[in-house]
Amino acid sequence: MSDDTKNPTPADSTATAKAVHEQVVAHETGRDASEPPVPRSNQIVKEIFGGSAAISVLAVVLALVFGGILIVLTDETVAQTSAYFFSRPTDMLVAMWDAVAGAYSALFRGSVFNYLRADDLAVAIRPLTETLANATPLIAAGLGVALAFRVGLFNIGGRGQMLIAAAAAGYVGAYIPMPPVIHLIVALVIGLIGGALWGGLVGLLKARTGAHEVIVTIMLNYIAFYLVSFLLRTPGALQAPGQNNPKSGPILDSAQFPPLLGDQYNLNLGFILVIVATIYVWYLLNRSALGFRFRAVGENPNAARVAGIKVERVYVQVMLIAGALVGLAGVYQVLGNFTGGFASGLDASIGFDAITVALLGRSKPWGVFFAGILFGALKAGSYTMQASEGIPVDIVLVVQSFIVLFIAAPPLVRSIFRLPTPDPLFQWRTPKLARKAEVNQ
Amino acid sequence: MSVVTTTREAGSGLAPSALIVRSWKAPIAFAIFSVLGAVLFIALARGGDTTYRLSNDTDAIVLPSIVLPADATGIATVVLMAIIAVYAFVLVRGGSKVPLWLTTLFALLFLVGFLTWAAAGSTVPLVGLLAGALTVSTPLIFGSLGGVISERVGVVNIAIEGQLLAGAFVAALVATFTGSAIVGLLAAMLAGALVSAVLAVFAIKYLVDQVIVGVVLNVLVVGLTSFLYSTVMTGDPDLFNKPERFERIAIPLLSDIPVLGPILFNQTIIVYIMFALVPTVWFALFKTRWGLRLRSVGEHPKAADTVGINVRGTRFWNVLLAGLIVGGGGAFFTLAAIGSFTKEMTNGAGFIALAAVIFGQWNPIRATLAALLFGFATNLQSTLSIVGSPVPSEFMLMLPYLVTIFAVAGLVGFSRPPAASGKPYIKS
Repeated sequence: MSDDTKNPTPADSTATAKAVHEQVVAHETGRDASEPPVPRSNQIVKEIFGGSAAISVLAVVLALVFGGILIVLTDETVAQTSAYFFSRPTDMLVAMWDAVAGAYSALFRGSVFNYLRADDLAVAIRPLTETLANATPLIAAGLGVALAFRVGLFNIGGRGQMLIAAAAAGYVGAYIPMPPVIHLIVALVIGLIGGALWGGLVGLLKARTGAHEVIVTIMLNYIAFYLVSFLLRTPGALQAPGQNNPKSGPILDSAQFPPLLGDQYNLNLGFILVIVATIYVWYLLNRSALGFRFRAVGENPNAARVAGIKVERVYVQVMLIAGALVGLAGVYQVLGNFTGGFASGLDASIGFDAITVALLGRSKPWGVFFAGILFGALKAGSYTMQASEGIPVDIVLVVQSFIVLFIAAPPLVRSIFRLPTPDPLFQWRTPKLARKAEVNQ
Repeated sequence: MSVVTTTREAGSGLAPSALIVRSWKAPIAFAIFSVLGAVLFIALARGGDTTYRLSNDTDAIVLPSIVLPADATGIATVVLMAIIAVYAFVLVRGGSKVPLWLTTLFALLFLVGFLTWAAAGSTVPLVGLLAGALTVSTPLIFGSLGGVISERVGVVNIAIEGQLLAGAFVAALVATFTGSAIVGLLAAMLAGALVSAVLAVFAIKYLVDQVIVGVVLNVLVVGLTSFLYSTVMTGDPDLFNKPERFERIAIPLLSDIPVLGPILFNQTIIVYIMFALVPTVWFALFKTRWGLRLRSVGEHPKAADTVGINVRGTRFWNVLLAGLIVGGGGAFFTLAAIGSFTKEMTNGAGFIALAAVIFGQWNPIRATLAALLFGFATNLQSTLSIVGSPVPSEFMLMLPYLVTIFAVAGLVGFSRPPAASGKPYIKS
């Protein structure tokens, strides 16, 4: 039957009849049509995360090359030397090299090791701790997005979940005094519950009404933003007493994440929590019954349903946990980062960066962990790049999105680097059986 | 009527009453809003008079202002709304549907009651309110038209925001270079199409998930435009970011019509293009061969392929077309509304446009109306914050998003996307 579709027939009534006939035949003979197909989103997730690590590395390299091109194009010295390119081409080439080398060495200085201050180790390794501090919320939110991905859900609602979690944790942290250790734990737990509820709402709507989670999460992002903005300018809610700015009061000392390496570094307890969260997600997905149900639904919800898994309940469960994980990022932002008081921009687009982190990490817990550290490094380094080379931090957004575009399209990376298609399992096309099923839909 | 009531319980298994699908959504919603109105307009009455100014002193025909006593108007609207709610209950009980005009009437009543209550003791410049709403809505309408075309052909377009922003940026840049707003507009359309082209190539050729590409494209466009804005535009704003703007063109006679004239017929050319575009897109989608093919590709690509339609080609070119339209809408920001580019200036308009597509049920006319509604809500919020409204502005701004969630959850209206939207077509 698949051969018939290859020959475009004249647009007359017999062709339509033929199509109908085909479907009827397929329905009667083939098992494809009677078996519900695997939803497309589940297929896609499988394909993306089935790719090899080499593709990830090449995607990063390629994205950095594109970033370099952008830097060269906007560099003033390059523009000036290009005016006399044909009389002295070396000038322009040197300027181009200087621009890119300057930018990326600043990136390295800002994110890994400050070799200009190699005499003082405490200062020289500060960038590395900055990288880890920047990576902390990215990993947490990335885990939340990745977990939802594994069930076949796109959690674009990172921003909303972070904001609600941050508002909940921030309220407890700033306005309800408690004894030291208990305060931190209560604020953390309340924040996680806030994020979990905001995420769970998505799962509930999806399970009960079939509302598409992408639309719901995007809309909930804005609702959370306006809600938190309102709370932040309402005295008695989140606004600092006696202030006019839409900003919360400072977080009480007892609720702040304690620093890990002393006060001179920004690295704090949050990083430990994120490691714990990574281990938890790994355990959840690979060793627990709940995680097994998650993965089963992610592979094929119809098969999972036949096997007796309550798919709707899984949607709610996974969004509750994903919301709590993303919420951890929000809690970190208020209790660990903006301890002097937070405003509605506290999410700092981490909710969206988390999507790229989850994609780069191929939705595997440790993959997300290292992807988060890479993006944390890009973020930390970008500030040095801006300070010393005058390159706007927005370049990181460009590099990040290029990375994801390339990862999402492995054949493109392969064709650029002229790699062979390594393994049939890594094919970018839908596997043959599933393809048949889809066409017969 | 009582007969129907008695048989309803007992006869639920019988064929005739099983055929009647009673939707209680409308009467329940009416009741909720009536109660809300009673609480706001009567229990929390604010006293004073509300003045609606219908025209400016400089207009050709000056209308007198309308003065409504806030409390009395509130009571009157609540009573009327309650009557409509009861009538709707009776209608549904009797097995008939609630007609659209009744819903519209109810919404209008609520709006009048709300405005009168919220602006009690001050003046509402009606022309300014509506004209501002149209200004806010224009890019939303362009965005939602592009969204409708793209989704109808089977490609989910989350990248509307990116297309708008790219259009705004390129329009500012090119209009400054060339000194011509028209060239800027054309360049903006191309920029939107370029973003669309990336979406189309990745989604249709490389079969990457459309939602992922859309999300990433938004981030990419934000990053690129912010980067170039910081490096290039802020370096020399006169050279790069001072676009020639479109002038308002007052259409003779029509622009002198009271209230409507200054709102609709004293606008920039982009708005006039929009007036023409909305019916054109509707006509093309539903009355032409092109539209039939487009919709068939979005609903059932396999059937379309069987009758000889090139599915991938149709998708590719129509996604590009959608990008052209959205990009043109982006130019409205820099060439008409604001006059220069700033970082992330679209500020979520693309997502409101997406909401309008869904709330408008993937229909160009309804999507336009939804975009107008959302634009009106946004502008109402800024007008009310000037006159000092008792409702926090954040809740007004939340409205489009809340309404969309209710829509996709099936609580309001009926939401069914094109069947093959979001699914790549793989020819076997």
